[in-house]
Amino acid sequence: MIDFRDVEKAFGDNVVLHDLNFSVQKGDRVTLIGPSGSGKTTILRLVMTLEELTGGYIFVGGEPLTHEERGGKRVPVSKRNQKRIRQRIGMVFQQFNLFPNMTVVENIIEAPVHVLGQSKREATLKAKELLERVGLSDKAGAHPTSLSGGQQQRVAIARALAMDPEILLLDEVTSALDPEIVGDVLGILRNIAETTDITMLIVTHEMQFARDVSNRVLMFDGGKIVEEASPSVMFSDPKHQRTKDFLHAVLGDGEDTIGTR
Amino acid sequence: MDEKFAAIGEAMPRLLDGLVVTIELTIFGAIAAFILAVILGLAAASPAKGFRIPARVVIEFFRGTSLVVQVFWLFFVLPLLGIDLHPMLVGVMALGLNYGAYSAEVVRGSIQAVPTGQWEATTALSLGPIQRMRRIIFPQAWALMIPSLSSLLVHLMKGTAIVGFITLADLTYQLEQVKRTAGTLFTYGVVGILSYFVFALVLMYFMNALEHQAKHKLGQGKSLWRILSPAPPASTPAGGAS
Repeated sequence: MIDFRDVEKAFGDNVVLHDLNFSVQKGDRVTLIGPSGSGKTTILRLVMTLEELTGGYIFVGGEPLTHEERGGKRVPVSKRNQKRIRQRIGMVFQQFNLFPNMTVVENIIEAPVHVLGQSKREATLKAKELLERVGLSDKAGAHPTSLSGGQQQRVAIARALAMDPEILLLDEVTSALDPEIVGDVLGILRNIAETTDITMLIVTHEMQFARDVSNRVLMFDGGKIVEEASPSVMFSDPKHQRTKDFLHAVLGDGEDTIGTR
Repeated sequence: MDEKFAAIGEAMPRLLDGLVVTIELTIFGAIAAFILAVILGLAAASPAKGFRIPARVVIEFFRGTSLVVQVFWLFFVLPLLGIDLHPMLVGVMALGLNYGAYSAEVVRGSIQAVPTGQWEATTALSLGPIQRMRRIIFPQAWALMIPSLSSLLVHLMKGTAIVGFITLADLTYQLEQVKRTAGTLFTYGVVGILSYFVFALVLMYFMNALEHQAKHKLGQGKSLWRILSPAPPASTPAGGAS
């Protein structure tokens, strides 16, 4: 579904990702873990085309996303192709990024109506369904600013799902939330993971969530993958010293208890 | 004192005529300035050099030359090149170009001040550049630009006084005529000052109402009735010790 081939990303002289090669299969739930600055958020931003790829290629469903090789040269793909491929990808942000000049339901139907060309009625119907799914059916007419952080993030999830993405990118979606509502948002995502076959790429510090939802965990450090394993192996028996240190720092003494739910 | 009031009373019709010219210049000048500001501001905020560089040149040129010189240029130099414009059109054009260039900077700055997260969300939803600007970014930038635009509007209104030079009988021109019978002090010191001040006040109230409405649409601030109440609208607590 997503192939990273020799991916390199540099901000000026600062190389954030180097020689990155990995593939995500359709329906995979891949969690990227690692210390901050290890390049995991950058990977999501590259897939969403929020950052310019400085080297290598990313393929989505076999098609080049930003650059392709033609006649032995690396050339950018056309804007039209990029837009077409990008429509298959959705993203939920740490800071929600709802549009404050629109109500909740307007936020959700904006892209389905103006990008996919759905009728307003059709899109609104679907938006109501999605709002019910995230437990906010009574907030359709509300302004985003009148909602709590947790509610805003649930609307943002509904907004991303309204585009029927094949790939969903979740970028630290609970990091800006109060601890007591993190569970609500994760519960909704867990439900989506269980009931759909959307391919997910997840950056999170919630190791329990990573364990519950993902089938693969990649440990990043210094812009490279240092270890890859299934969550049960990664969290109970990490091989690499860097992973051990990181997990110990994140989980503290609770390291042994993870996964006992 | 009575004869001064009498003189003003007698001159009232022509003062009102002058006021109408001043109001017309202000409104049409402001409309011209706003249209130009949006076009130039969007171009100046564009990542494409083909838009950005020409916009910068126009903005800097019209900000860097004085309004009086621009008025004279349009009124005296253009006819030499065979283009004869009505003085009213000259006034509106000069005000529009000069204040449009200033306002374009406000438009550009406000567009760029819309948080990055909003731009990124539009990319994540695959909105095209026109939809993004029209439906997401501009409505938010609009609320940010109104305070600066409203002070520029008052400047523009006061700037209309120079069109007396080009044979337009605006309020200042009529005051100059009335001065002979009513005396300088009374004419300018009371009638002139007050008329401009009241007009400026009306403009400020109008712009405050716009700002409230724009903020209300973004889910900030109270409902619209407050605009109509005489209390000064609460300004945003931007800085300073409170």
